Amino acid sequence: MALDEYQKRDFKIIGTTPVRPDGVDKVTGRAQYGADFYLPGMLVGKMLRSPHAHARIKSIDVSAAKALPGVKAVVTGADFPATAKGDTLDVQEHCLANGVALYDGHAVAAVAAVDANVAKQALKLIKVDYEILPHVTNIEDAIKPDAPIVQAGRRGRHVPEGYSDNCTGWCEFGHGDLEAGFAKADKIITRTFKTSSTHQGYIEPNACLANMGADGRADMWCCTQGHFQVRNLCAQIMDMDQSALRVTASEIGGGFGGKTTVFIEPVALLLSQKAGLPVKLVMTRDEVFKASGPTVASMTDVRIGMTNDGKITAGDALIRYEGGAWPNSTIFPGAQSAFASYDLEAVRAQGLNTLTNRPLQAAYRAPGAPQSTYAVEAVVDELCEVLGLDPIDVRLKNAAQKGTKSSYGPTYDDIGLIQLLEAAKAHPHYSAPLGPNQGRGISNGFWFNFGGETSVSLALNFDGTITLVEGNPDIGGSRAAMSMMAAEELGIAYEKVRTIVADTASLGHNEVTHGSRVTFAVGLATIKAARAAKAEMCRRAAKIWGIDADAVVWEDGFAKPAGANAGEHDPMPIEKIAADSPRTGGPIVGHHEVTADGAGVSFGVHICDIEVDPETGFTKVLRYTVLQDAGKAIHPDYVEGQMQGGAVQGIGWALNEEYIYGEDGRLQNAGFLDYRIPVASDLPKIDTVILEIPNPGHPYGVRGVGETGIVPPLAAISNAMSRTIGVRMAELPMSPPRVLKAIKEKG
Amino acid sequence: MSKLHITTSINGDQTEFLCNSDESLLDVLRDRLHLTGAKEGCGSGDCGACSVTLNGRLVCSCLVLAAETEGAEIATIEGMADGEKLHPLQRKFLEHAALQCGVCTPGILVAAKALLEKNPDPTETELRYWLAGNLCRCTGYDKIINAVMDAAAEMRGA
Amino acid sequence: MQYAAPETGQQAAQLLAEGTGISRVLAGGTDILVQMKAGMIEPDLLVDIKNIKGIRDITPEDGGFRIGAAVSGAELNEHAGVCAMWPGVAEAFDLIGSTQVQGRCTLAGNLCNASPAADSVPAIVAAGAIARITGPNGDRDCPVGDIPIAPGKTSLAKGEFVSSILLPARPANASDAYLRFIPRTEMDIAVCSVGVSLTLDASGICTHARVALGAVAPTVLLVEDAANALIGSKLDDAALAALGAACTAACKPINDKRGTIAFREDVTAVLAKRAAGIAQQRAGGPL
Repeated sequence: MALDEYQKRDFKIIGTTPVRPDGVDKVTGRAQYGADFYLPGMLVGKMLRSPHAHARIKSIDVSAAKALPGVKAVVTGADFPATAKGDTLDVQEHCLANGVALYDGHAVAAVAAVDANVAKQALKLIKVDYEILPHVTNIEDAIKPDAPIVQAGRRGRHVPEGYSDNCTGWCEFGHGDLEAGFAKADKIITRTFKTSSTHQGYIEPNACLANMGADGRADMWCCTQGHFQVRNLCAQIMDMDQSALRVTASEIGGGFGGKTTVFIEPVALLLSQKAGLPVKLVMTRDEVFKASGPTVASMTDVRIGMTNDGKITAGDALIRYEGGAWPNSTIFPGAQSAFASYDLEAVRAQGLNTLTNRPLQAAYRAPGAPQSTYAVEAVVDELCEVLGLDPIDVRLKNAAQKGTKSSYGPTYDDIGLIQLLEAAKAHPHYSAPLGPNQGRGISNGFWFNFGGETSVSLALNFDGTITLVEGNPDIGGSRAAMSMMAAEELGIAYEKVRTIVADTASLGHNEVTHGSRVTFAVGLATIKAARAAKAEMCRRAAKIWGIDADAVVWEDGFAKPAGANAGEHDPMPIEKIAADSPRTGGPIVGHHEVTADGAGVSFGVHICDIEVDPETGFTKVLRYTVLQDAGKAIHPDYVEGQMQGGAVQGIGWALNEEYIYGEDGRLQNAGFLDYRIPVASDLPKIDTVILEIPNPGHPYGVRGVGETGIVPPLAAISNAMSRTIGVRMAELPMSPPRVLKAIKEKG
Repeated sequence: MSKLHITTSINGDQTEFLCNSDESLLDVLRDRLHLTGAKEGCGSGDCGACSVTLNGRLVCSCLVLAAETEGAEIATIEGMADGEKLHPLQRKFLEHAALQCGVCTPGILVAAKALLEKNPDPTETELRYWLAGNLCRCTGYDKIINAVMDAAAEMRGA
Repeated sequence: MQYAAPETGQQAAQLLAEGTGISRVLAGGTDILVQMKAGMIEPDLLVDIKNIKGIRDITPEDGGFRIGAAVSGAELNEHAGVCAMWPGVAEAFDLIGSTQVQGRCTLAGNLCNASPAADSVPAIVAAGAIARITGPNGDRDCPVGDIPIAPGKTSLAKGEFVSSILLPARPANASDAYLRFIPRTEMDIAVCSVGVSLTLDASGICTHARVALGAVAPTVLLVEDAANALIGSKLDDAALAALGAACTAACKPINDKRGTIAFREDVTAVLAKRAAGIAQQRAGGPL
């Protein structure tokens, strides 16, 4: 797709803040989420999970469970058709182990029974004979040549010598002569940083209801970021035609990338197939933490050189991620985004992925970027401090802009980083005084944003209202955004458009709601569908008027003659065209299908003030400001919400959130009690500044805004911490014991 | 195991149900009565998504046995609006864009209503501590706080 | 599982005494229901004590207050008399869980759950509270600190349950305070905690003190050396330093997912000094 979609214009609806169409349902309890569906005869499914980090399943005896009255089906990994291959087979084996349990919580069997108590009893009757195998759960140990091997035969082709066979992936990006660059530096700092694995922490546990008939056709309701993806994965795993499975996305109670794949859905289908009845499978919170897809943990070496006046002469990073017991590709965006905010002559980012005995990572909001950006932004900040330079001035001096060859290859088009940094410097927050034990940190952040396959249909009803049918679950107000764009384009009231999220049988394929793609890509398709509908409406008006279709234009909800030559006709309202449509050629529908490109990268700059209790290491976030380029904010309240939500997830990541594994390889904090996401009383107001530097790739200039907000907080808080306590922190989370230890060691 | 027969009042309506002795109020509300506005986010009292009031006290319905509710008065999100007229908190949540995914919203609304009945004029800090047991992962709480403070102001004026 | 909701303490004790298998008491349920949900415990009998007459009452007694075993945190914190007399106990109780948990949780439950990190326990131990234990053979009284004997274990005999807790009368110029450390501002289990109760004389000199530590040993510790560091002083810097040192010395913490040994030793001393200062202020000092 060309990068010439954008046309400057004045908007009537875009930029206002109407109430979302699903709002009333969500404040009254009517909205149906994944676990809120019930069918007659429905069974309850439950999973049996491995208590071991790594164990061969010598045998599973399910006979006693099957014999228990009320049990309708018991399945193990061996019951799946053995047809899935490649990544899909990995997904299948993550859902239900096949011969080896690869992490604490890995499912080894599942039951469907008439109620939850019977299902629980049945699980106890399943006898699994395990042979315990050596395990490894952290990066340092996993990459060593003598490490226990999580899965043999997975070594990546490009992985350098010296690393264990757990290392499945290697990548390298960059340009220029690194050593020449470092030679020009007045100061070089090298540090190693670590981040813990974190979880998306969506409040709604994964849930699905599967109903498969004896004819092999099935329906499923589930909470997901992408029901087309669920359908395709389940169909491959179950060896079904894609047309035989219809998936309806429920309302989704948070995803943040974590609901972009399947964890239980194929198992529910398998149980339903065996039982011949509908099966509902809902994860407990403990299961969500143990066996869904948390994000990668990281260990990153960064080396950056800077001149005394703040010019970065070279940047080099080795980024190591672990993402559980199967390969993943998060090191690619991690390595690509590490230096993406900078215009550098010499830069290199290498990425290494290793397997560990942990659940398979899933995407988490800008996957891979927060970890690598944290390491780079911390070293940049340290150089600023050591050289006595203002951290925004230095970032401005080195900022990527239009025409910059990015650290990962492409040359940037219009981007807003310099405007953001200037706005940050001018923001009152940046110059506000600080008290004792207080410090301020800033950080850049970058995210690519995606487009992807999109299919939208827009129907004109006979009364002139619009039904807009899209295929992406509404994760934070996208129905409203689509309705607004359709209304804007058609020149009608927002209330006249109803956007619904259709099931997989109703539209062409829609890529998962990820990559901050929906407002961009589905918005683009919506605008094009509306334009198609407008063209058809003009043709119908032309037909009624007996003039050429080219002689009709669309304005503010009316078809109008294009000029004096078109003849004297009163503008024809959309309602009349709709009412007449049966007699002018039939129903009017605009639709658009596209693999959207040109998503437009997005930058953010965060400013953060903290106060640290020097006697306890307790950190309070005092003030937080998020500046971000939205391209064009369709619904500014929802854009702010994305910026605030991303920032707060980053705050949690920086300060307290972490997966804690014991020596036994078992997860110790699989619950909201000890996996500590921020609560309301932990936080100040999160101020927001939206900048709008239009994305040339979208008709209205939209850039995705969902993910960038989680990228800067890790470094912003770490930099604030380092400046507060006078010690450079290099490991997340900066939980109180770590902070107090650093303070004490400094003396 | 024979079931227990319980009679309670839910949102002002006398309600009878059968339940197992170890069944939570949340499970009964959802799976037996299909009042699915209360959500199970954790089942351990850490997230607040299942908040209801029990004899006027804010509680997590996952931490109440259905068997305990004989003769009790229970209020859930489903009883918050008056027919088609939304409660001011519900209206303000929409106006302030105080929800994204919305799954925590019923619990937060029930909790906020309980606060405003006890303290019509809370400070922002009081509100943040009152809601500390209601996890929201989408919003960063900012717009939720704005919505409740605005609703409180409107309700005091009304 | 059998659920029973007796209307007298004797009936409850009888049920507990006669129960075969695992019997548990249900008051607020904020621990037991979590444990049941997690599959940590599967009781055969659950005795709900909330229908016992008077068990939800707060009653003045001998200048102090008797707190029924089913009084919730929210109810206690709405009781002006208790909050004025034992603000440290009230704030400790108030720190347990969320607002929702406060609607249900009880002092007696927090005590009998026997978690080393229970928030209210250091405060009631420092307060010198006395538990009334109801059993098949009637009632007996016991210092609250003697009830938890190990994580998850109590000294209660089969058939016995705590039916109320007496917060004793307190002299003039006396007060208490409780502080805990958690990584967030709410919703966490204490990493370490300190309850201090003290009495000052007319000149502001501490004449009596009790200092109890939580989450730094298998059970809550009542630290006599810590109290002695305060007694006879005006809580000057030297006394507070001695208090901190005594607390650190008494700690027998572990490294776990919530904190390290070093962190708990250090922060316990910090909290002790701060809590002592708050209690001193509340008691009317420094004079």
